[in-house]
Amino acid sequence: MSSNLPLVSALTLLPFVGGIVVLLVGRSAARLTAATFATVAVAYTGWLWWHFQSAMTIMQLEEVHALEPSIGLSYHVGLDGLSLLMLAISSITVLMSVAASWNNPKQGPAYFAFLLFLETGLFGTYTALNFLHWFLYWELSLIPAFFLIRMWGGPGRARAATQFFVYTMVGSITLLLAFLAIFLASGSFDFLELTQMAQNGQLAAAIGQNLHWRQWDSNHITMYLFYGAFLGFAVKTPIVPFHGWLASAYSEAAPETTMVLTGALSKMGVYGFLRILLPIFPEQMWRIHTILLWLAIATIVLPAFTAWAQTDLKRMFAYGSINHLGYCILGIVAVAGSSGAEASQVSEKAAALTGVMLQLFSHGITAAALFWFLALLERRSGGLTGLNDFGGLRRAMPVFSGLMGITLFASLGLPGLLGFPGEFLIFKGVFPLDWWAAALALLGLLMTAVFLLTIVQRVFSGELPDHWKKMPDLTVAEQCVLAPAIFLMFVVGLYPQLISGMVHGTVMQLVGLVRY
Amino acid sequence: MLAWTIYVSFLGAVAVTLASGKSPALIRMLALLTTLAGLGIAMIAVEHDRSGQLITVARAPWIPSLGIEYHLAADGISLVLVLLTGIAAVAGVLFSWNVELRIKEFFALYLALIGAVYGVFLSFDLFQLFVFYEIAIIPKYFLIAIWGSTRREYAAMKLVLYSFGGSALVLAGIVAAYVVSGERTLNLETLSHFPFPVHFQMWAFPLVFVGFAVLAGMWPFHTWAPTGHAAAPTAASMLLAGVVMKLGAYGCLRVAIMLFPRGLDAWGFHVLGFGSWQQVFALLAVIGIVYGASIALVQKDLKFVIGYSSVSHMGFVLLGLMTLNQIGLSGAVYQMFSHGIIAGLLFAVVGRMVYDRTHTRDLGELSRLPLAKLIPFAAITFVLALMASIGLPGFSGFIAELEVLIGSWHAFPWMSWIAGSGILIGIAFSWRALEATFLGEPATEPEHALPAITLPERLGAFLLLASTIALGLYPKLLMNLILPALSGPLFEQLRRGDWR
Repeated sequence: MSSNLPLVSALTLLPFVGGIVVLLVGRSAARLTAATFATVAVAYTGWLWWHFQSAMTIMQLEEVHALEPSIGLSYHVGLDGLSLLMLAISSITVLMSVAASWNNPKQGPAYFAFLLFLETGLFGTYTALNFLHWFLYWELSLIPAFFLIRMWGGPGRARAATQFFVYTMVGSITLLLAFLAIFLASGSFDFLELTQMAQNGQLAAAIGQNLHWRQWDSNHITMYLFYGAFLGFAVKTPIVPFHGWLASAYSEAAPETTMVLTGALSKMGVYGFLRILLPIFPEQMWRIHTILLWLAIATIVLPAFTAWAQTDLKRMFAYGSINHLGYCILGIVAVAGSSGAEASQVSEKAAALTGVMLQLFSHGITAAALFWFLALLERRSGGLTGLNDFGGLRRAMPVFSGLMGITLFASLGLPGLLGFPGEFLIFKGVFPLDWWAAALALLGLLMTAVFLLTIVQRVFSGELPDHWKKMPDLTVAEQCVLAPAIFLMFVVGLYPQLISGMVHGTVMQLVGLVRY
Repeated sequence: MLAWTIYVSFLGAVAVTLASGKSPALIRMLALLTTLAGLGIAMIAVEHDRSGQLITVARAPWIPSLGIEYHLAADGISLVLVLLTGIAAVAGVLFSWNVELRIKEFFALYLALIGAVYGVFLSFDLFQLFVFYEIAIIPKYFLIAIWGSTRREYAAMKLVLYSFGGSALVLAGIVAAYVVSGERTLNLETLSHFPFPVHFQMWAFPLVFVGFAVLAGMWPFHTWAPTGHAAAPTAASMLLAGVVMKLGAYGCLRVAIMLFPRGLDAWGFHVLGFGSWQQVFALLAVIGIVYGASIALVQKDLKFVIGYSSVSHMGFVLLGLMTLNQIGLSGAVYQMFSHGIIAGLLFAVVGRMVYDRTHTRDLGELSRLPLAKLIPFAAITFVLALMASIGLPGFSGFIAELEVLIGSWHAFPWMSWIAGSGILIGIAFSWRALEATFLGEPATEPEHALPAITLPERLGAFLLLASTIALGLYPKLLMNLILPALSGPLFEQLRRGDWR
């Protein structure tokens, strides 16, 4: 698809304008305006998806304008399969979040405005291709997220918001420093140029020539630059042990906010792995891939156990979220760590990366849906979300239990539902590449099933306490809004080609980049 | 035409003095129109002259026997700072709308200060530059001493003594340059090409540089700045941090560095590990960055927090100047502009929006007020201003500090690390200020509402915010002026082997 119109920029700007309009229209029309803009964003993304040429590996709809050449700043945006997938996830989760906030009286115009500003930050991050320009959105998405947690969260919100901000900021700064050094050496901030330079060895040569620290050679220096960039993404994803901020941020934020945090914001880290680390630092990832594999395994297994030990549903889902993104990291690292270039390996790598993309999508939708159900439950229970506060809910609210049950099973990867194709493909790809890592990660899969089934058991089955007997089931309106999300879980679960076909070109290009 | 920025301001001052004292509205409008005219002229000039090269505005003999001329000219750097002055002046009037005490004198002094500042930025005769520089000191004194708050006489006197102390050094340097060159001229353009003997530059440079750097808030000569900022009325704080500190930085660049660039060369020997004035002043700049931010972290008075943050941010200007490479110098000029806007905005929120309504600047007392509910507009403005101040991307401060850091990485790598840590402390103190003012959650309900934010305040905040965001997103606007000026003939002596 090609066009001279700034279609991508217009999409990025759309929610921002929406945020301003929401602030201007006042309280009564705020949610309707926000919903309108969020719907238009989804439709716009769908339209881009429809016209996207998935066979092409190059960036589509590119817009390049040099802004300040002396510091390598240019306005450069473009779309490939990965970007488009991320746009879809972001726009859908934001729309879900707006829908979930519909009847929450606490959330006025400012809330919706911040939500839409956050969407602009997400769109920008997923389409910008110049580091400085990209970093603008990366940082700016942090600000609305901070205020959403800080102002509309639960009792521990101040601490949670601070923790979130400080963790992410530290990662951002090391990321910025690493890229400053890369710019000093190579003279470019452009992701595509840097990718090319990394591929033909120019980047290493430039670093060796222009950066002199303590007589280190260029390998050594590049390794440190990689660590700096890695930390930024590891905190955001998060990867164990950089996940300290996550549980309190997700559980203290209003569940409607967490829907976007886990559905779309957490993808920024994985996106960084795919857009920046894998293309620009393939050799560095390959060098330490054993350590990275262990980190990925830890990210999959440990949070699954932690989730099992929690007594609060929000915290369980929060840890479950770390675990689910761990599979993505596992897939990426396994691909980066395989040195063979035979045909069989290529197909395994492609499988793993396709799985990563599917998993990103499925986690975005299911995690957002799970927190949506929590929002509904919390409003009905008067703020209670403890694992042991409920029981037998399927008798009081059968529809709610049924739909949440479907989502839970989608989350644990039941075949036929959304979560399955992604995890299956990741394991299919990783097993031949690093069988031991895949085997260890299976433990995480098992524990995920255990803690998700624990939820089903404690919340939906058993004795229904008297005070919950009057708990109202989902209204027709709520069912109607939830229906598309549930529908999507079946559609993609049964027909994953919808996603995998679209990202195919991008996946093959990424596989081509990894040659170590 | 640019000369009219100066004339209009002084004429405005006279007009305000002559206007009837019974009608404060008339006086305010006069002041606003005067500053708007100045801004308009500056904008037309920028639009008209996009090359950034030197243009002569006015030139006439003044004291022919000494070779002193009345000589106004501007290159890209002057234009950037004239534009800053125009914006800050308009915003300052908008945020002084509520001044009632001796309103005529207030605006007359205010406009005189603006006129003198325009004069400094446009003077290309050293003597004339010095005259305008001195004229600027007098209104500052009265603005603080009469309309100020906390310890105003002390602060005003301290400011004046520091300024005159610096001026004395500058004057000595100017006289020496006049005598040594033997050209019987104080024309900056001529002198910039004159090859002063290196041993002369070696002592003339630090003399003039320190003289000007006092006003730029260089550590350890910065102590006038926080007390002065805190005591001054809002508009004066805005001008003091926004424009007057830039006079010092501008002097450092325009006089010290442009005339005596070889004074920064290596001494040929080492004292305490220092091998040149470049290293000495770079270290002082870096100390200023970290020290200013650290002190701001523990202040109890909100205005002192912002005051010390100014010291920290001006450290970036001085560090950029000391890099002596194109990217660092352009970053320094960019930071002059950026900090002028952002500091003005911060002082406007703290001094006008908060202090004039709550009559307290104590962080502890402010945290007991539900300010975000009472004056939400101030809360939003303050958050955006702090975001700009900590150098988030999208705001002008990011571009400026990035350039300074890249430049200093070329010149002295380890210093850029320390400067970077200063940014982290900056985040911490901004955070602390925000928590205490607008994010605090007091248990008590507000006893009484505060007066609503007025229209002039909204307009002023909008003007400043729009400036910092526009320049954060589109740096070319100013870079097209700064870069040609730095690579023009005026800085020829500065550009040497590793110029980039």
